[in-house]
Amino acid sequence: MSTSLLSKPFTDGLAQGVLRYQRCERCGAAQRLARYACTACGEPALGWHDAAGIGRVFSLTEVRRAPTDAFKAMVPYTLVLVDLDEGARLMGHGRAGMAIGDRVRASVFTLDGQPLIRFEPVLGG
Amino acid sequence: MQVYIAGAGNTRFGRLDGMGAVDLMAQAGQQAMDEAGVRRQDIDGVLCGYATTLPHLMLASLVSERMGLRPLYAHGMQMGGATGAGMVMLARELVRAGRCQRVLVLAGENRASGQSRDGAIQTLAQVGDADFEVPNGASVPAYYALLASRYLHEHGLSEADLAEFAVLMRHHAASHPDAQLSAPITVADVLASKPIASPLKLLDCCPISDGAVALVVSSQPSRHDGHPVALTGAGQAHHHQHVSAIADTLDMGASASARRAFDEAGTGLADIDYLAIYDSFTITLAVLLEELGVCPRGGSAQRLRDGAFGVDGATALNTHGGLLSFGHSGVGGGMAHIAEAYRQLARRAGARQIAPRRRALLHADGGVLSAHVSLILEQRA
Repeated sequence: MSTSLLSKPFTDGLAQGVLRYQRCERCGAAQRLARYACTACGEPALGWHDAAGIGRVFSLTEVRRAPTDAFKAMVPYTLVLVDLDEGARLMGHGRAGMAIGDRVRASVFTLDGQPLIRFEPVLGG
Repeated sequence: MQVYIAGAGNTRFGRLDGMGAVDLMAQAGQQAMDEAGVRRQDIDGVLCGYATTLPHLMLASLVSERMGLRPLYAHGMQMGGATGAGMVMLARELVRAGRCQRVLVLAGENRASGQSRDGAIQTLAQVGDADFEVPNGASVPAYYALLASRYLHEHGLSEADLAEFAVLMRHHAASHPDAQLSAPITVADVLASKPIASPLKLLDCCPISDGAVALVVSSQPSRHDGHPVALTGAGQAHHHQHVSAIADTLDMGASASARRAFDEAGTGLADIDYLAIYDSFTITLAVLLEELGVCPRGGSAQRLRDGAFGVDGATALNTHGGLLSFGHSGVGGGMAHIAEAYRQLARRAGARQIAPRRRALLHADGGVLSAHVSLILEQRA
C-alpha cells in the first residue's frame, strides 16, 4: 500500500515484482524517490518507467538494532543504497559481505505481506 | 539593529522520571528568563520546539498558558534537529522586524522516560521515506550509517577515526554538571561497544534523554551582562529530505547555509574561535566539520587529534559534550549547543569557562543532513 498517490506507481510495481523510477519527459533526467517536478530542469512532466534492476552499490550498512518486531527477527540484515544503471537510487536489502562498488541485480521478496527489494551480487560484475 | 541572546536555561539531561514535556520546558524557560533579567510580562514572543512525547496542535500556546505568558506572537516549529537553531533564527528576524522585543525560545521533552525505547526508535525512523525507505526496516542510525560507510570508503578512513569524536564529547561532558553521560571512554571502548548499524556502534550514537533548554532572544543584552552576545548572522539550506535523495554527499547544504550566515555577519571561518556543531552521531560531526570548511575533506579526525577542538584548541567544539554525551532530548538537545556557545562567549560558563572567545559558528542539521541552519554569535564587549 502506497502512502501517497505520487508513489503509487512505485509500490504497485513492487507488488508486481517490477522496479519503477521516474524520468523527466523533457530533459530525460532520472529522479530519486518520487517527485512532482524534475530535479534537473523543473518541468512537472515526469513519467514512470520500468528499470532493469541492475546497478552498483553506493553504500551499505549491516543493521543489528531493528526498529520493529518483524525486523528484529531478521537481524543482522544488510541495507544498501544502489545506483541503478538508469540513474535512479534505491534503498533495499542486500547480502552480508557485499561491498561498495559491487554490481548487483534486484529481485523482490515479501516480508509480512510487504514487498521489498533485495539486491544480489552479479557474478563477474 | 543588533539582536542578542540575553539568557539561557537548561534542566539536567538524562532520566528525569515524573517530568512531562511542559514541566521540563517551564523549568528551563524560567531559568532563561531569570538569567536574562526579564519578567514574565516582558516576554512578547514564544517559539516552541515539537515534542515527540507530546504531539499537540498548539504547543507554544499550551506552554504559554502554563507559564503565565501572554505573548503577542507564538507557535511551534518542526525542523527535526535543526529546530532549535531555526527558532533562534526566526526569533532574531521577529526582533529585527520590530514584531517582538523579547522572544522566549524553548524546547524539551521526556524522550527517555515518556515512551519505550522501541517507541522512540520507531517514531524517529519515520523521518525516512514512507514508501521507499521505512518499509525496509530502516532507522535513523541506519540512514546515518549509510552516509558513514560511504564517507569511510571515499576517504580511506577507519571506524577509529569516527570514534575520536565520541571520546572528545565524553571528555567535554565530564565538566558539565547537567550532562547525561560523563564516565570517560576511550577509542577502544567505542570500537567495542554494541553494534547498531555498521559502521556505527552504540557509542557513535547519541543517547535518548529527558531534558529541556531555553533561550531569551532580545533587542537588549541582559542587564547584568558584561559581555553581551549578539546574533550577527543566520542562514539555512534545504537540498533534500531523505538519504536516498541526496544528490551530492559533498554538498548536502551545510556549506550553503554557513555561507549565507557568514555573508550576513560580514565575517568568515578565519574569525571563528568556537564551534557548536550538531552531533547526533560521530559521522554527523565529521561530515559537517568538513562540509563547513573547518577542515579538509576526510581531515576532521586528524584535526581533532591535533587538538583544535579541545577546550584549549583554536576552535573549541561543543564544550558541554554535545548530543553524544550531554544528551539528546530532541529539539532541546540541539539547543544545548546554542546555550553553551552563548555561555562561553558571555563568560558565564562558570567552572567550565574556557579562555575568552569572541565568535562562534553554530550549525545544526535535521533529518539526514537534510535541514541546515547556521548561526553566527559574536561577543560585543
